[in-house]
Amino acid sequence: MDIGKKIGLTYGPPTRNAFGNALKEVGAQNQNLVVVDGDVGNSTRTQYFRDEFPDRFFNVGIAESNLIGTASGLWASGKDVLAASFACFLLCNAYDQIRMSIAFPQANIKLMGSHSGISIGEDGPSQMAIEDIALATALPNFTVIVPADAPSTKAATHAMFDREGPVYLRTGRPKVPVLYDENLDFNIGEAIQVRDGSDISIIACGLMVAIALEAAHTLSEEGIDARVIDMHTVKPLDTDAIVKAATDTGAIVTAEEHVLEGGLGAGVAHVVARHKPVPMGFVGIDNTYAESGKPEELLAKYGLMPEDIVQKVRGTLKKK
Amino acid sequence: MIKNNQSDQENIEQLQKITKKLSRQIIEITTRAGSGHPSSSLSAIEIMVALYLGGIMNYRPDEPGWPDRDRFILSKGHAAPGLYAVLAEAGYFDPEMLLTLREIGSPLEGHPNMRVLPGVEASTGSLGQGLSIGLGHALAARVDGRDFQVYVMIGDGETNQGQVWEAAMTAAKYRVSNLTAILDYNKFQQTGSVNHVMPTLEPLVEKWMAFGWHTTEINGHVFDDIFSAIRNAQATDNRPHIIIAHTLKGHGLSPFEKDDVNRKHGKPLTEEEKAQALEELEAYSYDQKITSFEQRPNPNIEPPERRQ
Repeated sequence: MDIGKKIGLTYGPPTRNAFGNALKEVGAQNQNLVVVDGDVGNSTRTQYFRDEFPDRFFNVGIAESNLIGTASGLWASGKDVLAASFACFLLCNAYDQIRMSIAFPQANIKLMGSHSGISIGEDGPSQMAIEDIALATALPNFTVIVPADAPSTKAATHAMFDREGPVYLRTGRPKVPVLYDENLDFNIGEAIQVRDGSDISIIACGLMVAIALEAAHTLSEEGIDARVIDMHTVKPLDTDAIVKAATDTGAIVTAEEHVLEGGLGAGVAHVVARHKPVPMGFVGIDNTYAESGKPEELLAKYGLMPEDIVQKVRGTLKKK
Repeated sequence: MIKNNQSDQENIEQLQKITKKLSRQIIEITTRAGSGHPSSSLSAIEIMVALYLGGIMNYRPDEPGWPDRDRFILSKGHAAPGLYAVLAEAGYFDPEMLLTLREIGSPLEGHPNMRVLPGVEASTGSLGQGLSIGLGHALAARVDGRDFQVYVMIGDGETNQGQVWEAAMTAAKYRVSNLTAILDYNKFQQTGSVNHVMPTLEPLVEKWMAFGWHTTEINGHVFDDIFSAIRNAQATDNRPHIIIAHTLKGHGLSPFEKDDVNRKHGKPLTEEEKAQALEELEAYSYDQKITSFEQRPNPNIEPPERRQ
């Protein structure tokens, strides 16, 4: 991908790799941590943990329902548990198990879904999680984190194990631009302003933060000064940052690699409508499944490129 | 581990008396609540009584989270009235609380909720999930070097769920010999007999054996059978165990037996039926073997007729 290169961003490892390395670090610090895999550990990078701590790693096979149930039993007997699979299989296949065996009992289980969004590319829509944020945020007591790059994914992985209760961490397949240095200040539920601006705020998560930064650069050439906010925690949302953005800039555009329903945009709109109504625009996947293709071709075809954000900003500003 | 001398005749007579008392409670509290699953509770009652009150399970009612406790997971969560009656008798809470079954604010919810009722090991009611949870507990014992047993009661209809077989495969893979499933084979599910809804459930024993499980088939209303099956299971290493327990949904009581479709699945008895059932329960003798063991469908069943 070339996203962000023209504004000087360099590419780092995929967020799933950053997760896998951080998981191994957590496993070294916390002997009580066990990991459950649905036979995709080489893709989700839980294999980094398995290679170090084979006795604390269980591959239950290609069986996401069983993955979640087993994780729940391990938790109920006192283990700290991480369960991982592809985001779509984890959330969609095992949703009732997540509901009954994790959310309902408020189990202290951490879930990691990799290969989220359409930027996985060629494997196609059966493997693309585009509804997972909506599913996860609908669960009472869940925390949902969608980090933007490798350093913040590492920080998020450590942070989620320090947080009591169920957490869903969403990572991606491709290499993505690096936005932060290794010692960033990352706190669950606290958005990070990655660019200040006064005309409009672009609130994004995951890969879309880099795309929003490139859009903001293009907008600045037109004299539009856009704030960019990395809303890495989609639940609970940073209400203060959203209200401040609405107050300071008077308009908001959200951007996410997810369907428009039930994701970041819907959550931000909820906060805006309640606390500080301002014109809003929404960039996301519009009521469709995607297809196979190269990641950047897909992002372009399904309206998730910097120019799509630029257009949405222009339209939203007209309503101000 | 089994303690004392459970097959001791005195002990068994005592357990039979307790079973009658708890069966009465199941019928009374569901009729009082106006809803619930008495027949599904009654089919499983001797098994739960044996586990909790017959000296099989180690547990501490005053310390429900005791790490070394044996675990019992009621995967067929609709049998909650039975579990509640047993937990109350075991000392987890005041039996008076049974009268609040299904009332707002009561921890005795329609299906077990582990967050509100100490002693409940898993929140169940969405079928198919308990065996995986039991597997997780069993693996935790291994990781932590603890020596506890995990018992999971599943329904026969529940094994329609694919997750049961996912868990079955995985438990055999990890050779968790501290996991014992008990299948309450009462032959009925919600809309009809098991044989009607899922005629291909049989051959059941052969299925579990093929999945690598140590398999025992018993009469689930006979304490001697239950104790010897548990003893047999615990003497067998290296494999998970399943006890396929032939039972009667509604314990053979006529108000349930009259319902040929599903043995009053999910329906409490009316006051009139309750009086009848309690009278029969009082007169019931454990000398008469009530079991549907003999009614087991032919394991070499022909492929079912093609259905529309």
